[in-house]
Amino acid sequence: MAPAFSTEGEARLKKLLGRYPDRRAALIPVLHLASREFGFLSREVMEYVAGRLGLPEAYVLTTATFYTMLPKRPLGRFHVQVCVNVACHLRGADGIVEHLERRLGIGPGEMTEDRTFSLEGVQCLAACGTAPAMQVNDDYYEDLTLAKVDEILDALRSSAGGAA
Amino acid sequence: MSLPPTVANAAPGRGHLLRLAPGESVVTLDRHLALGGFSAVRKALVMGPQAVADEVRRANLRGRGGAGFPAGVKWGFLPKDSPKPRYLVINADEGEPGTFKDRYFLERDPFPMLEGMIVSAYAIGAKTAYLYVRGEFVKPIAMLERAVEQLHRGGYLGKSVLGSSFGLDIHVHPGAGAYVCGEESALLESLEGKPGRPRNKPPFPAVVGLFGCPTIINNVETMACVRLIADVGAERFVAMGLPKDGGPKIYGLSGHVKRPGLYEAPMGTPLRKLVYDFGGGTIDDRPIKGIIPGGSSTPVLGSEHLDVAMDFDSVKAAGSMLGTGAVTVFTEGTCAVRLLTRLAAFYAHESCGQCTPCRDGTGWMERVVSAIEEGRGRPGDCDLLLSIANQIMGNTICALGDAAAMPVIAFVERYRAEFEEHVARGGCPFEGGHGHGHGHGHEGGNP
Ligand SMILES: Cc1cc2nc3c(=O)[nH]c(=O)nc-3n(C[C@H](O)[C@H](O)[C@H](O)COP(=O)(O)O)c2cc1C
Ligand code: SF4
Ligand code: FES
Repeated sequence: MAPAFSTEGEARLKKLLGRYPDRRAALIPVLHLASREFGFLSREVMEYVAGRLGLPEAYVLTTATFYTMLPKRPLGRFHVQVCVNVACHLRGADGIVEHLERRLGIGPGEMTEDRTFSLEGVQCLAACGTAPAMQVNDDYYEDLTLAKVDEILDALRSSAGGAA
Repeated sequence: MSLPPTVANAAPGRGHLLRLAPGESVVTLDRHLALGGFSAVRKALVMGPQAVADEVRRANLRGRGGAGFPAGVKWGFLPKDSPKPRYLVINADEGEPGTFKDRYFLERDPFPMLEGMIVSAYAIGAKTAYLYVRGEFVKPIAMLERAVEQLHRGGYLGKSVLGSSFGLDIHVHPGAGAYVCGEESALLESLEGKPGRPRNKPPFPAVVGLFGCPTIINNVETMACVRLIADVGAERFVAMGLPKDGGPKIYGLSGHVKRPGLYEAPMGTPLRKLVYDFGGGTIDDRPIKGIIPGGSSTPVLGSEHLDVAMDFDSVKAAGSMLGTGAVTVFTEGTCAVRLLTRLAAFYAHESCGQCTPCRDGTGWMERVVSAIEEGRGRPGDCDLLLSIANQIMGNTICALGDAAAMPVIAFVERYRAEFEEHVARGGCPFEGGHGHGHGHGHEGGNP
């Protein structure tokens, strides 16, 4: 089925376009919207966005591929991004990463078979004073310990409805 | 789930950038008004744009985004006679590893920054301002959009700010996860919907900026300082810091300190005071091995530098940079080589690839540092690292190249024996190899 924004998506698009004197400037916010609505930016979605903004497809492609936060592949229902930079490293990030890998059975850049979790090592999340830190979808989790990671994963799993 | 960082005002009654009361998680608009909110905008509207700009110049406010360029001087670079609209763009990309200060304003206390934006836009003659926020801050972005709507409804934004003839719109714009977009010209490219590749300068953004128009780019904390200046005046602002480097500063403490967090103190507060008085000293009182004074790109210092005053000129004189004032401390027992692998990997990942020295050099440095850490280092690798870094320095379009090279040079120079030992032994000399340095993730942190 061809992609199409939801009613709320359309309202958001209209609002975003009103912010800039130039349509291209709305591209990144609109790509964020599209990845929310369609899960990730497939070639089809990028074509759709290009059409909606009246921009050449090449503009959409070059911009989408430059930014790590614009997903070009499907992610797990919970996308776990754990910081591996200095401040977190000093506070035990390596142990957190190992623990996540063990608990989820996947490495960075991978997704669980049931598509519930995907894992990524990321750069500083601006949570260095509450390191180690990770982000799951829109939420930050800070001052992590292994026990806290277990609690978070268990809560996410049960909210996904089942013991994965 | 997300906990507030330790937030403390070390000089109550003097600076008031950090205002979160104990137990409070967000400063609402009502609370902002109760704390005298919008007095700065009201005063500015009476003073007139030129007088506000003069006041900011007299306050010797140095930009809080890292480079410390005087804000008033930057504003003065705007062309006087251009018929084009002017833009104000606020850099809320906060990506410099170690730095978490702007997040405080974005997530917990946005109105001083927004008020500073109104004052600044008025002073420079901008009718539109963009707040470019790093994309990871999804919830803060939604909150900031609501805050801007509240200001519109309250008559603080829109066609007529507080009934005056000055009109302003503020738009919140999300980034998408690229550190280089914190560099001001890359940020403009990104805001225009393009890949965030830094522009060649000159022309500088003040002359040719957003959509080809004159543009002022300032940091979030800089905006909170502008508000303070308009509110209390340049003299009092200067008295909150140093004569040539005015105002209070928000310092961040991270790494192996007992009480990491954000601390507001006069510009020029000694490092020792930050680490020992505010931070409570090091975990288990271990000796300090290194201090990264202002974000990951600033050259690492040692305990012999504890008496350095944390202002732009003093830290520079000590051989490093104040940067963002984000202090990361590490103690004896930390492997310096392994720590550097994290920084080297970061810069290699974030290079935009436009300049050969930066693109190839950052990748090369990462490979050499990792090889040393993993026991595959070769004699001469230290000199190789220094030579790669020195070939990057000063030879790139933007300062990311230098930012990648400086920590490599500083680490190799300061911990050379440790690098050589890794090479000689064919591995990490620290107990437990890669496992060391763990296990205090649950200490310190929140009050
Ligand atoms: C690679 C790189 C990343 C930067 N990241 C940021 C950032 O995240 N936030 C910021 O305010 N300034 C950042 N800067 C500095 C900006 O280019 C610019 O100097 C600053 O936003 C100006 O604001 P100020 O004058 O108020 O400090 C960065 C610079 C470079 C070279
Ligand atoms: S120095 Fe690096 S990040 Fe900056 S423009 Fe050149 S390649 Fe890009
Ligand atoms: S280093 Fe991990 S949040 Fe900054």
